[in-house]
Amino acid sequence: MEPAFLIGNVTLFILAIFLGFELITKVPATLHTPLMSGANAISGISIIGALFGSNVAFDGGETALSGLLAFVAVVLAMINVVGGFAVTNRMLNMIAGKKRGGA
Amino acid sequence: MEDWVSVGYLISAALFIFGLKKLGHPKTAPFGNQLGAMGMLVAVITTILEMQLTGEGVVDWTLIAGGIVLGSLIGYWMAVKVEMTGMPELVALFNGFGGAASALVALSEIQKYIVEPSGVPTGLEITVTMVAAGLSALVGWMTLTGSLLAMYKLKGGVEVFGKWIRTPTWGPTWLNPVKVLLFLGVIALIIASIDDPTNEQYLWGIIGISCILGIILVLPIGGADMPVVVSLLNSLSGIAAAFTGFIIGNSVLIIAGSLVGASGLILTFIMCKAMNRKLIDVLFKSFGGDGEKQSLTRTKVGSDADEVAMMLDGAQKVIIVPGYGMAVSQCQHAVKEFANIMEEKFDTEIKYAIHPVAGRMPGHMNVLLAEANVPYEQLIEMDEINGEFPECDVALVIGANDTTNPAARSGEGPLAGMPIIDADKARTVVIIKRSLSVGYAGVDNDLFYMDKTMMLFGDGKAMMGDLNTAVKEI
Repeated sequence: MEPAFLIGNVTLFILAIFLGFELITKVPATLHTPLMSGANAISGISIIGALFGSNVAFDGGETALSGLLAFVAVVLAMINVVGGFAVTNRMLNMIAGKKRGGA
Repeated sequence: MEDWVSVGYLISAALFIFGLKKLGHPKTAPFGNQLGAMGMLVAVITTILEMQLTGEGVVDWTLIAGGIVLGSLIGYWMAVKVEMTGMPELVALFNGFGGAASALVALSEIQKYIVEPSGVPTGLEITVTMVAAGLSALVGWMTLTGSLLAMYKLKGGVEVFGKWIRTPTWGPTWLNPVKVLLFLGVIALIIASIDDPTNEQYLWGIIGISCILGIILVLPIGGADMPVVVSLLNSLSGIAAAFTGFIIGNSVLIIAGSLVGASGLILTFIMCKAMNRKLIDVLFKSFGGDGEKQSLTRTKVGSDADEVAMMLDGAQKVIIVPGYGMAVSQCQHAVKEFANIMEEKFDTEIKYAIHPVAGRMPGHMNVLLAEANVPYEQLIEMDEINGEFPECDVALVIGANDTTNPAARSGEGPLAGMPIIDADKARTVVIIKRSLSVGYAGVDNDLFYMDKTMMLFGDGKAMMGDLNTAVKEI
């Protein structure tokens, strides 16, 4: 690994943290739960790492255990991603629906 | 990495950023959520294409497709099935899964070294990998056990062989140095593992201690502090994904993970501010605590539904103050029915006063009331509604305690300085509550004993039902 690659990644890490702080400033209480569960779904991005990890031969290969771990990670991450976005969508539709009805 | 792969991840990261931004405003929130989902789709497709087109290609399609389909089906099924009242538990559970997924990816990478020690890299690469894998394990496993415990705390307990066991809240002060020691222990193991990456004892040591840390971090926290914990765990699951990104050298994991980590932390601070507490106090100082609870020396005669209904006759303006008790008794539909009756019968103006930490999850009350079809415009945040109480005929407090306790204004005791709903300034206060017992903070509530206060002792749902019948009969 080149030091430049590491520095590049650390730069991304730090800039993204600053961006995250700036992105969410004043959020109305109604959106606290959807924001949390939407962000939670995004944290399922580790699906990417899980996919790479599970790309191994399973039948008797030496890497079988690490492939199995990655496969479990794929399942858990997909639950997190699909469940998270779906439940957030459900909540937001409910809130948006109320707005039309109440106005 | 191929150029087009980098571009795919860049698009995905940009979609996440726009999505999070849009999620913060009521009008654009549904679109923001869709942008986030699109970002995820782009990232997954890019990854699968890269796997197929470079190197040896996809080794086992059934396995990868099977994992994706299985996870999606389970996730979708859970999301569709859940009742709005079960939302806090589900969010906590998903969160734990996210943390576990990141930690498992880290474990899987290290496992490869153990099987094939000749493939262990050297120099800077192994240092970065081991530090990132260690931190990912620490945060990820902690998030899993912490979230699972938080989920059972939100449920209130767990059923084992037909017996209901309450989730304990326990945190003696000697537990704090233990937390610090265990944390330092994990750091030491991570440092040791850099020189000896294939040592399985270090590996399982890190995992074991991290799991214990998650439990003892959440164990002492309960009640009104739960929203802080839930949103902190949410932030941690993002951080775990970012660390995993360092292991596999993937930019979109680093960006998305740290975005979620930072925005989750902001939400955590919003929750802390609403309680006038510092994050460090929430984590290390148990609030109120056992044995410190004030004993009740006063009594108050309860009223009945008919009496309250007579007083509500012709009320011009009623402000409803919901609390955790409304969530527990699941009486949000009865509350909405009450509002409908009052609006039809007396043309009463109904508003809801929402305290930022009412309930056990950020925004808990809003979600419940939205489920009961309460118009969004009637849900008013604390700062805006407090000025309206002096001109309101009746404040109806349902299962809220600490968030209405005037003792918070006195500047003394556990509640000192916490912003509260000014229900005591209404002309009449009606409180639905099981008993006079103290709230989470352990402070007796003066509001209950005021002359203008009428107490309806009982379960929220049952009392709201009685009240609705009584008001109809006036």
